[in-house]
Amino acid sequence: MNNLEYIKERYSKLPDVSDLNGLGVIRQKAFDALNTMGIPTTRHEEWKYTRIGSFFNKEYKYQAGQSAVTAADLASVRLPGYEQANELVYINGRYVPELSVIRSKGLTVQPLQEAASNEYRDIVAKHLGHSSNYLKDGIMALNTAFVQDGMFVHVKKGQIIEHPIYIYNITDAREANVLSQPRTLVYVGENAQVKFVETFNTLGTQESFTNRVIEIVVEKDAITEYYKIQTDASHASQVATTHIQQIGKSYTHTVTVSLNYGLVRNNLNIVLDEQYCEAHLYGIYLQQGQSHIDNHTVVDHAKPHCESNELYKGMLDDQSTGVFNGKIFVRQDAQKTNAYQSNKNVLLAEGASVNTKPQLEIFADDVKCSHGCTIGRLDEESLFYLRSRGITESTARSLLLHGFAVDILEQIKIDPIREYVDKLISERLEFDLA
Amino acid sequence: MLSIHNLHASIDEKKILKGINLEIKPGEVHAIMGPNGSGKSTLASVLAGRENYEVTEGTVEFAGKDLLELSPEERAGEGLFLAFQYPVEIPGLSTTNFIKTAVNEVRKYRGEEPLDAVAFLKLMKEKMAQTHIDQSLLSRSLNEGFSGGEKKRNEVFQMAMLQPKLAILDETDSGLDIDAIRIVANGVNKLRSKDNAVLLVTHYQRLLDYIVPDFVHVLYNGRIVKSGPKELALELEERGYDFIKNEFKVEA
Repeated sequence: MNNLEYIKERYSKLPDVSDLNGLGVIRQKAFDALNTMGIPTTRHEEWKYTRIGSFFNKEYKYQAGQSAVTAADLASVRLPGYEQANELVYINGRYVPELSVIRSKGLTVQPLQEAASNEYRDIVAKHLGHSSNYLKDGIMALNTAFVQDGMFVHVKKGQIIEHPIYIYNITDAREANVLSQPRTLVYVGENAQVKFVETFNTLGTQESFTNRVIEIVVEKDAITEYYKIQTDASHASQVATTHIQQIGKSYTHTVTVSLNYGLVRNNLNIVLDEQYCEAHLYGIYLQQGQSHIDNHTVVDHAKPHCESNELYKGMLDDQSTGVFNGKIFVRQDAQKTNAYQSNKNVLLAEGASVNTKPQLEIFADDVKCSHGCTIGRLDEESLFYLRSRGITESTARSLLLHGFAVDILEQIKIDPIREYVDKLISERLEFDLA
Repeated sequence: MLSIHNLHASIDEKKILKGINLEIKPGEVHAIMGPNGSGKSTLASVLAGRENYEVTEGTVEFAGKDLLELSPEERAGEGLFLAFQYPVEIPGLSTTNFIKTAVNEVRKYRGEEPLDAVAFLKLMKEKMAQTHIDQSLLSRSLNEGFSGGEKKRNEVFQMAMLQPKLAILDETDSGLDIDAIRIVANGVNKLRSKDNAVLLVTHYQRLLDYIVPDFVHVLYNGRIVKSGPKELALELEERGYDFIKNEFKVEA
């Protein structure tokens, strides 16, 4: 039985829809959509350069119920600064409260099924699944079909969450190939401030495929930082969707760091749904071996006077491949929009390639928008300059590449995380800046 | 220290250097002058090991080694330094980190231990004072957004840090006003000693008011057509390059 049929069978065994406080409708619609659309192939415009079909042609275990992940396993993947962080642990797609740590007041984490029926039900009803308006494909639908296993994170109005929230997505692939589908809805209340750091780790040597969706709703005067750190092994692949809806005048700041991995597809959507919103999106990817990175971003300027600023930088070596697709919508209402987008790539080997495609769709007439992309090699004159000072060629290359990444690294505003990412990048570039 | 014999070099099949002969001994300052397009910068580039030039004939011996066989970094390790006409801007790499890496890589090449943080800082402070460069400039990305004068001062600072046997200054005066030239020249003069040598490549005489050469060579059409004492520079300044051009028209 292939993965997709197996998943459909799993779906048929889910508990009765009437128990789910409205989630049942969402999941049934998604399941129907999955049946209609199937897993996207490269014939799908948004999936032209990224093939995920093969992950559904072999056997995977789904969400494997009984996991043997221990505190010791968790310790091996913990991020620096965890002693001062809230930690949310998902194993094979399911939230594990026993391993998680909630330190901050005003931070509530509970199953979506509960939230859908208690005081949060209006929030859930209103915002859960908003991402499906933007991502109309079978892989998104597949996650939503299992939405009842998802979690709800609530940040109370006016709360400044001092401790960053570390989200660990751990896949236990020690026994079998594993497919996991974490799903989270985050609500950041008015005037609240919060920082998220999300990572992905596969335990064991079997394959893992993660299809994860996080939707973040940001209220008026709230500030949200979100850092996605992707450094998993080459036998791990994922489609990771981050959907941010700024429903009040608010500020968001995201950095996506992707290093190696097997195949990664990131969807990052920012919907600027109220006037005077501001969004900053940064990304850095360093790919080696046969790895594949695909960053699809959407910034939707739905209201006037909003500002978005996007910069993604990539370094591709060996036979790695990259995709950048950055869409900016400026709706008819969204006058005085300020939107900036840039994607810069350095190819380090003959066999490496990248496809980059900026897309602007502007329906308003009084806006400032710019976009651009570059694909190049390391500058020969810069290399010569460094070498003429006695620096060996390999060190010179590393210094230049590290320098290329620095302005993105500087956007990581949690010190231990920035240092950690800097170290990972330096290690991969094989240099040590004493 | 440096012996150039019958050096020919070309770029994209175009012959630029057509038989250069030059001998530089420790303690000497040589100036290479010449009109635009005569091959001055090519000579500097070939000596430093810029890869897009092809040496087709001749030999260059530096400190007893066949210079042309060495990579740019090995040449630096042997004690050769090129101050660039157009120093490159490197975003995301601070001058401090850059020069620290350079100093220690050169030390490694020479089989010396890397400088520890204290020793490096001490050396840096001393050379900063010597070349009139301040910390704020060194903390910034290498040359990024620097003025012309700041870039050239940074070149001289790097030279001071690396203490080369032979420093080649490629049009270091170009684009600088007289005050900036004086600062740069002072920096260079402080580094002069009986053990090291300087090769100045320049179009104008004015730098030579501040760094007084022992020998002046006129490069024209890929050859050194005239050599003489420092007064030759003054003659060139007075008469312009036309008299050289006329004298050697046949070969142009």
